[in-house]
Amino acid sequence: MRSFQQHLSEFDARGIRVVGISVDPPEINRRQSQKLGYTFPLLSDPKAQVIRRYDVLHPGAGPKGADIARPAEFLIDSSRVVRWVNLTDNIAVRARPEQVLRAFDGMGAAAQ
Amino acid sequence: MADKVDMKRKWNWLIWVGFVTVVGGLFSYEWFAQFPVTRDFPWANLLLFGIGAVLLIVGLFRAFGRPQRYRGKVFGSVFSAIAFLLFAFFAYEIFYVLRQVPASNGAPRVGQLAPDFLLLDQNGNPVGLGDLLRGQSGPKAVALIFYRGFW
Repeated sequence: MRSFQQHLSEFDARGIRVVGISVDPPEINRRQSQKLGYTFPLLSDPKAQVIRRYDVLHPGAGPKGADIARPAEFLIDSSRVVRWVNLTDNIAVRARPEQVLRAFDGMGAAAQ
Repeated sequence: MADKVDMKRKWNWLIWVGFVTVVGGLFSYEWFAQFPVTRDFPWANLLLFGIGAVLLIVGLFRAFGRPQRYRGKVFGSVFSAIAFLLFAFFAYEIFYVLRQVPASNGAPRVGQLAPDFLLLDQNGNPVGLGDLLRGQSGPKAVALIFYRGFW
């Protein structure tokens, strides 16, 4: 998330909105945003309803066996169509902002 | 060796430094995990474990090869065993536990419609996928990042 904030101007320049989703409540998200200087929205899905709808639930992986999201990244275009997906098989290896930017740039090329 | 008595055995620093390096290799992952370069593959930690292992092995060779000169036959063995267990724990966490990620076979695929949602942002305002895509800036795409959370 930190690396996405560092590259946020490149996302802004392309018209890509960066959004995070986790089970954390809004208060935690507000505190984290302030602490880490995030200027993109962090959305709160405490009951993991949206996380389930996207099938990116990691059952029992949170504190006290709570259900949380597994790391996953989606690039969605303005007609709500998924254009790029990254489903890691290693929690420590998440998508880097450069990958998402490259996927977006490739998306434009494919449409032309 | 008759001169055994007049020589005080030396402090086997290799074992101590090696052990501390291994402990550092375990606990520094939290710090190294901040950077993708050292998080995606934990080479910095493996390097520390490697350096620690070499120091411990050389230290043990000294302790067992020249026990009249160097200390550490007993504590060196104990420390090396603990160091090995710490490394085994690290390897288990990094190369097994972190890879136990659900398959997510039902996740939206490329070309499919992304499920809509309405969730509260960090200020308590409801935000929907539609809103994100409509916004005033006329966004061309949304990068949706699901993350484990800070709790």
